[in-house]
Amino acid sequence: MAEHRRSPDRPTESPAGEGGRVGRRRVLGYLLAAPTLAVGVSWIADSSDPRKADAAVPSLPQPEEIFDLGDLQNLAAAPTSGLISVELKTDGTAFFAVPRAEVGQGVTTAIAMMVAEELDLPMDKITIGLADARPELLMNQLTGGSNSMRSMYLPVRTAAAIARQRLVETAAAQWDVPTGQLATGNGVVSGPNGRTATYGSLAKAAASTKTIAVSAQLKSQSQFTILGRAHNRVDAHDIVTGRKEFGMDLQVPNAKPTMVARPPTINGTVVSVNNLAEVRAMPGITDVVAITHGVAIRGDTFGQCIDAIQVVDATWGPGTVDKESDATVLAKLRAAQVPMTVPPLLSNTIDAEFVFAFASNSPLEPDCAIADVRPDSAEIWSSLKVPIVAQEDIAKQLGLPIDKVLVHVVQGGGSFGRHLFHDVAAEAAEISQKMGKPVKLSWSRTDNFRQGRTHPMCTSRVRVNYLAGNVLSYEQRHTSVQTDFGHGLGEMITSTAAHLPVGGNLSFAETIFALSQSSPYNFGVTTQLLNEIPLKFNTGSMRNIYSPNVVCAEELVVDRLAAKMGQDPVRFRRNFLKDPRLLAALNKAAEAGQWGKAMPKGTAQGVGVHAEYRGAVATLVEIDCRPETVNRPIQDGVAGPRVTKALIVVDPGFCINPRGLEAQMIGGLQDAIALALTSSLHIKNGMPLEGSWDNYFYTRQWNTPPDVQVVIMPNTSDTPSGAGELAVAPAFAAVACAYARATGTMPTYFPINHGTLGFEPLPLEPSTPQSPTDGLDHTF
Amino acid sequence: MPTHSFKLNGKQISVEAEDNVRLLWVLRDLLGVTGPKYGCALEVCKSCTSHINGKAFNPCAVPVKDIEPTDEITTIEGLPATVGQDLHPMQQAWLEYDVSQCGYCQPGQIMAAVAKVKQAHAEGHEIGDADLDELRNICRCGTYSRIREAIKAGAKDM
Ligand code: FES
Ligand code: FES
Repeated sequence: MAEHRRSPDRPTESPAGEGGRVGRRRVLGYLLAAPTLAVGVSWIADSSDPRKADAAVPSLPQPEEIFDLGDLQNLAAAPTSGLISVELKTDGTAFFAVPRAEVGQGVTTAIAMMVAEELDLPMDKITIGLADARPELLMNQLTGGSNSMRSMYLPVRTAAAIARQRLVETAAAQWDVPTGQLATGNGVVSGPNGRTATYGSLAKAAASTKTIAVSAQLKSQSQFTILGRAHNRVDAHDIVTGRKEFGMDLQVPNAKPTMVARPPTINGTVVSVNNLAEVRAMPGITDVVAITHGVAIRGDTFGQCIDAIQVVDATWGPGTVDKESDATVLAKLRAAQVPMTVPPLLSNTIDAEFVFAFASNSPLEPDCAIADVRPDSAEIWSSLKVPIVAQEDIAKQLGLPIDKVLVHVVQGGGSFGRHLFHDVAAEAAEISQKMGKPVKLSWSRTDNFRQGRTHPMCTSRVRVNYLAGNVLSYEQRHTSVQTDFGHGLGEMITSTAAHLPVGGNLSFAETIFALSQSSPYNFGVTTQLLNEIPLKFNTGSMRNIYSPNVVCAEELVVDRLAAKMGQDPVRFRRNFLKDPRLLAALNKAAEAGQWGKAMPKGTAQGVGVHAEYRGAVATLVEIDCRPETVNRPIQDGVAGPRVTKALIVVDPGFCINPRGLEAQMIGGLQDAIALALTSSLHIKNGMPLEGSWDNYFYTRQWNTPPDVQVVIMPNTSDTPSGAGELAVAPAFAAVACAYARATGTMPTYFPINHGTLGFEPLPLEPSTPQSPTDGLDHTF
Repeated sequence: MPTHSFKLNGKQISVEAEDNVRLLWVLRDLLGVTGPKYGCALEVCKSCTSHINGKAFNPCAVPVKDIEPTDEITTIEGLPATVGQDLHPMQQAWLEYDVSQCGYCQPGQIMAAVAKVKQAHAEGHEIGDADLDELRNICRCGTYSRIREAIKAGAKDM
């Protein structure tokens, strides 16, 4: 039962002195010279104030606690955020182009709420679009690290507040009354003697002929009527009627369906195509060309492209990891583990190692992009989280000046990290240039699993020394196949390196690790270090970069420590947690989830806690590992243990939209269940064996808990935390801990079913299998 | 090229396509009906789920030649069949429970849900957790919990 427990009608005020602080701060923006009222903001969300290290404790704060990845993105965005604007149209609607990608996380809804709140305009009068690539925005145009809400919250409200103020001033001048006698509501300015004017009627008069700096006062939390209350997604109606247009649905003239026959190893190349004429003569096929990583085929339908892939006879060149399989990668990771520094205390030491298999970050919409490359210009349509990097790279690849490459950001069917990369858009551009025609490129489902982005395989070793009821040291050594950050975080770090509270010589990935990881416990000498091995898999983040694995390992060890010290897992955490918000969330979870209740043998509860992106989450789950559940017959899928109940308690700082936040928590939970129990890639000779959703076992209805509850804690701050990735780590940990308690065995290889291959792999060639023809035999 | 005729969302249409082209591509690439989504073309993800003569099926796994002129194909665009209604009760429930995230799977989820509820009702029982566990539609955004709630609520009005 998904339900949030806070009354949506009475948003909880933050502690005195905090809520009012930003509320009464006067902030700066610009009235822009434009035909109708337009406001730009140059003010950056100031969330980089280092939090006070609140603990009088032996562990020093780790970097993440005083400055995290989202702060880094905010800082990097600072000099350019003045370029986002709210425009008011003569029909009384407001338009705001979000310099972010909407891939399901609810950014557009939350931003519409911010505009509606400060502008006093109904939600349905607000149009939110996705901005094209705008090089002048620099790193402000990166959707990742769950920072959207945090970095947009104040600038967007400011722009809307200035617009409202300008409308009031315009009406006051027209009516010759002081502004103090006017009020706004529902898109109308009203004054003495019942005079009213709609925003639309004032839009032209309120426009400025030159750009001037102005300031406005933001509402305080107590004045909010929209922010903090449950609101459904703004695109919900379009979605349920099938009208929402995704990249895959876009019709660009003559951009015909295009697919690629690919080599049998990751990043393999083409030596020769041996039957080009035969493929070109296939029904419905218009063009066939060899490209860097395969043979591109353009035709009237995607189905005919798939038909043509079946007959391609090519000689393939090697890929980048042809000799690698799960076991070889694991051996390399183990050889690269950084040693522990504290020697073991013999009987009072826990040493543990956890292995996490490769996982796919593929969304449901197959990767796609439309490209129309002409001799002197190009136009690209794709779901891109860092469109400016895409624009720059594609321009370079095509040999065109940057301003001749127009990059449109389109609605994506999920992302989870995938759309940080623009490899698909770049491939579409390569194909369009080679064919001299517009193309609508789609990777096939099998391509997505086998050649797409993966969360890299990694190990996490933990050593803990304890004595007489105290934990003396906690060391964690995380070792991972390198994560590709070639999507813009690089530029960000280089340009802001001087401001970061981490040492000077860290590598790129080590910096990210230090900024995103931090142990929430008072465990004495605490070190968490990362080492990476340079294997050329196609990697990337997946609804977070390191936290799900790091936290899962840590929480399993915490449970073991608790057992060694003879303490209950919740009680132990209460004793050692240093973050009061996490402690409050844990206490709430234990109470609402009836921690410690009697459970039948083979079933158990488990908890996991995690703070990141300025948010705190505690998760409590119940798992059923009894044979009758584990061995339920599921056709073409895996049953396995079932999480029967999940409770997620979240402290989001300031909650913008309880419904949206709850949705992100539920989504994160399903990812966590998949990571813990069922979903992974098996690498064999340079290629994942998985090729469809019946191989890659992401959570399905038969795996999902029938009972899910989300509890949102009262606001503890005046700014929102990141939410998109927040639930994955603590829920992953909770499921793993519950499994360990139900079975009496601490799992050390994830997902727990990775050792058994639960499917018959699709052939490696042809790279995309033929579609079935027996669909009418399976109607219901 | 052969011509194929069938009833699509209430209208008799005809379209030229090679016999073996799967109906999904005929709908999406040739007719521009993009409600049924491409998620795998392997009859696995179920995001293309539509109805044939009132039953759920996956057009990615049916060659267009197997569709008879008398067959009625309903995609999400043609779902609200009740006269005077803008939305089907299941779509209404989807809005009420704010089920969608990215939305890519949701047309298929709704079409599968409607068929599943009808199936349960035809078998003389209300939709329950065991029926819901049988739904194979992937939602990579993980909206499963709200899908379950919405189906139970939508079923009451069907
Ligand atoms: S596209 Fe038809 S089942 Fe996946
Ligand atoms: S809502 Fe995104 S796949 Fe279901």
